Amino acid sequence: MSRSVPGSFAVAWLAPLIALLIAAVVGDILILSFGQSPGDVYRLLLEGTWGNAYGLGQVLYKATTLTFTGLAVALGLRAGLFNIGAEGQLAAGGFAAALAGLAVPATTPAFLAVPLCVVAAAMGGGIVGAVPGALKARFGASEVIVTIMLNFVVLALLNWLVAARLHVGESLHTPPINAGAVPRLADLAPAFHGSAANTTIVLAILTAAAVGWYLFRTRAGYDLRATGLQPDAAEYGGIRVGAVRFRALTLAGALAGLGGVNYVLGYKHYYEEGFASGSGFLGIAVALVGRNHPAGVPIAALLFATISQGGLAVNAIVPKQMVEVLTAVVIIAVAVTVPEVQRLAAAGRRVA
Amino acid sequence: MSTSPESGRERPATGATGSRVTSHEPRLLVATGVRKAFGSVEANRNASLEVARGEIHALVGENGAGKSTLMRILAGLHAPDDGRVELDGRDVTGWSTRQAIDAGVGMVHQHFMLVPTLTVAENLVLGREPRRGARLDRAAARAEVETLGTRTGLVVAPDRLVSDLSVGEAQRVEVLKVLWRGARLLILDEPTAVLSPPEVKDLWGVLRRLTAEGSTVVLITHKLDEVMEISDTVTVMRAGETVGRIATRDASPAAIARMMVGREVRLATDRPEAGGSGPQDEPSHDSRAMSRAALDVKALVVASGRGDDAVRGVSFAIPPGEVFGIAGVEGNGQSELVEAIAGLRRVSSGTIHLGARDITSLGMRERGDAGLSHIPEDRHRRGLVLDYAIADNLILGRQHHFTRRGVLDRGAIAANAATQVAGFDIRPPDPRLPAAALSGGNQQKVVIAREMGREFPVLLACQPTRGVDVGAIEFIHARIRAAAAAGRAVLLVSADLVEVLALADRVAVMYDGRFVTVLPRAQASAAVLGPYMTGLAGRGATTP
Repeated sequence: MSRSVPGSFAVAWLAPLIALLIAAVVGDILILSFGQSPGDVYRLLLEGTWGNAYGLGQVLYKATTLTFTGLAVALGLRAGLFNIGAEGQLAAGGFAAALAGLAVPATTPAFLAVPLCVVAAAMGGGIVGAVPGALKARFGASEVIVTIMLNFVVLALLNWLVAARLHVGESLHTPPINAGAVPRLADLAPAFHGSAANTTIVLAILTAAAVGWYLFRTRAGYDLRATGLQPDAAEYGGIRVGAVRFRALTLAGALAGLGGVNYVLGYKHYYEEGFASGSGFLGIAVALVGRNHPAGVPIAALLFATISQGGLAVNAIVPKQMVEVLTAVVIIAVAVTVPEVQRLAAAGRRVA
Repeated sequence: MSTSPESGRERPATGATGSRVTSHEPRLLVATGVRKAFGSVEANRNASLEVARGEIHALVGENGAGKSTLMRILAGLHAPDDGRVELDGRDVTGWSTRQAIDAGVGMVHQHFMLVPTLTVAENLVLGREPRRGARLDRAAARAEVETLGTRTGLVVAPDRLVSDLSVGEAQRVEVLKVLWRGARLLILDEPTAVLSPPEVKDLWGVLRRLTAEGSTVVLITHKLDEVMEISDTVTVMRAGETVGRIATRDASPAAIARMMVGREVRLATDRPEAGGSGPQDEPSHDSRAMSRAALDVKALVVASGRGDDAVRGVSFAIPPGEVFGIAGVEGNGQSELVEAIAGLRRVSSGTIHLGARDITSLGMRERGDAGLSHIPEDRHRRGLVLDYAIADNLILGRQHHFTRRGVLDRGAIAANAATQVAGFDIRPPDPRLPAAALSGGNQQKVVIAREMGREFPVLLACQPTRGVDVGAIEFIHARIRAAAAAGRAVLLVSADLVEVLALADRVAVMYDGRFVTVLPRAQASAAVLGPYMTGLAGRGATTP
């Protein structure tokens, strides 16, 4: 009786819905304070996103990156680890994809070049994730601190590599890749013309499905979730908790790294400093609103992508910073309502 | 053990208190028709309670009977869905914890809520600190502990860190804390679960003193001998309902157990107290000793993790078919000993053999596959993943046997769950429910089913019935006896001496990391073992 019975599906999704409601109310107040009608602003926001093919394409592009970083945070949280390093892991993935694309000859066929670049992206992110994983498993180092700090190290290192070795002319990006580019959605459906949306979205959906299969259908997933819920019980159950944590953070890094494919192979075809700044951190909000569930993460990614793209659409009548405030309110509201966060906070207090 | 001469000493005083229970005294607390549901689970259906001023009132019932829920409603932690709660004739239904504390209702929880890095005095005044300027007035806090301690007999050194206290002392601090906040009605949730017999006796002394001063005590417990020894009145709950309320002097343990379970129960204490452990055991014992040990532990030393050794050279061998019991006050190395055998803790020196096989350096999984089953002492922390379904918990530690090429075999997991849920009478019989939704007794049945529902030559049973109701205790004890009868070797560790004496063929007492005595069951009794458990006898004895 000391623990309440875990709620039904509906109850599980109640917390993020409440968070959104709070954000909407705060948004209304902000809009009114600018002397605008909330109805007009929200209509404009929807028209600029889901209302036309270009806007929708931009939403899908942003949601693709956020799905990867959201999955990276969600997988970590399922293992009881707070991965705040998706930002650096994403950048490293993009950089590795670009390096692979630059290394192969231009004549490489797509069926070889694309998988090679995708694997490179996963490896680039995976290596960045493996560092806090190893430190956590070996020394019990706080993954929160290590992943946060590693972001700065990784971003600074990549910036230096690009600036010192790989940049083109006065730009801060690498030369375009020789091979490995994937088609834009506009190539398939011309209505998307001009938007960044590309076929990486298919990879995102497949990856989310694969993460779901891994978590709930494999023994490794059973071990990972047990470790996240109750490390002592996992240890009793013959699970090597340290190894599971290392694997989880490495996989999380690889998931975030795959997000780099979206920009490098799908959009610009080169690595550029700060290409996805903020997407890693926003992945935390995506994971929490998506309840750390591989089915919920893409939906939450669409939501945050809509808010982000919508900010540009309503910029004419309210400052686009309003959208940043909205995003922040959602994150704060989620943080106080979602049980995972409370559990982590409690764990943090026990450690302290 | 409930009839030792010391415990009878205070009986007249209690009797006097007891006589006041009849209708002369006004009811201090009256709860009627209380209903409380959590989601689809109805914890209280028609619960009622009447407590007279100045009495010690025992509230008993199986796990999941709704005792704790009712108490939490009284203490303001939950609001009831229906029903009425009155204190001193005032309607207090659905009040807050703050209101309950202000009205003098204090609850001592099963799990301690103390800050380990603060001293006893600091913990006591936490939240309502006496101040001098902006700073804590330490002298005043210390004086508070001493004054209250002298008045109630709850003596604890005010400057000691809570992390250095024994479990019994920590509990005294909890009681002090509640009293310091002015509690006149004390609710204690299974206070003796973690105490040694002498500590229990101390607690009874304190409770009697408090009631003599006019306080009132409600005691939640599973142990019927405690009910008989300390309480004036008993209220019995079953399945969320109050099924009876009787004066203790008119009750018998068997009658109370029958009310709790709704049928006849064979109590552990029914086994003869001394003079042979049953005729069926005697002839087989010699032949057993001849055969090869199923579990053989030699000169085991295990570090405590605090810079010294928790287990300081323990040796024993358990032949097939024997239940080897380890008694002792908790914290004398029993947990570390079992964890080392199970593979959860590194061995400093010594060896562990399972049959002919040296398992000293094997991992958890390999030990399990070699035939070692382990009921861990703390099912909430170790034994179960509470948010996992019953079916998934039933494969914990054996998940590699339910996997095909890395993928969980859902069919095999479901089949295994169906067998175990039926075989071990796990209720409700729905393997998809999370373990957290089960009562304590049924949670423990999940652990028992997983560990005993398969082939195992050796079983480590740690506190196998802690926090479990009478019906489940009976069930678990029967399983352990049956396992031994079928030729398994059982290492039983329990803080409950009655349990050790009820099950074990041989009893060792562990004190300060060593076995201070090992006796055949026939020579062991609470009176004989007590001095060993408290370290008064057998000090410096070598391990046999």
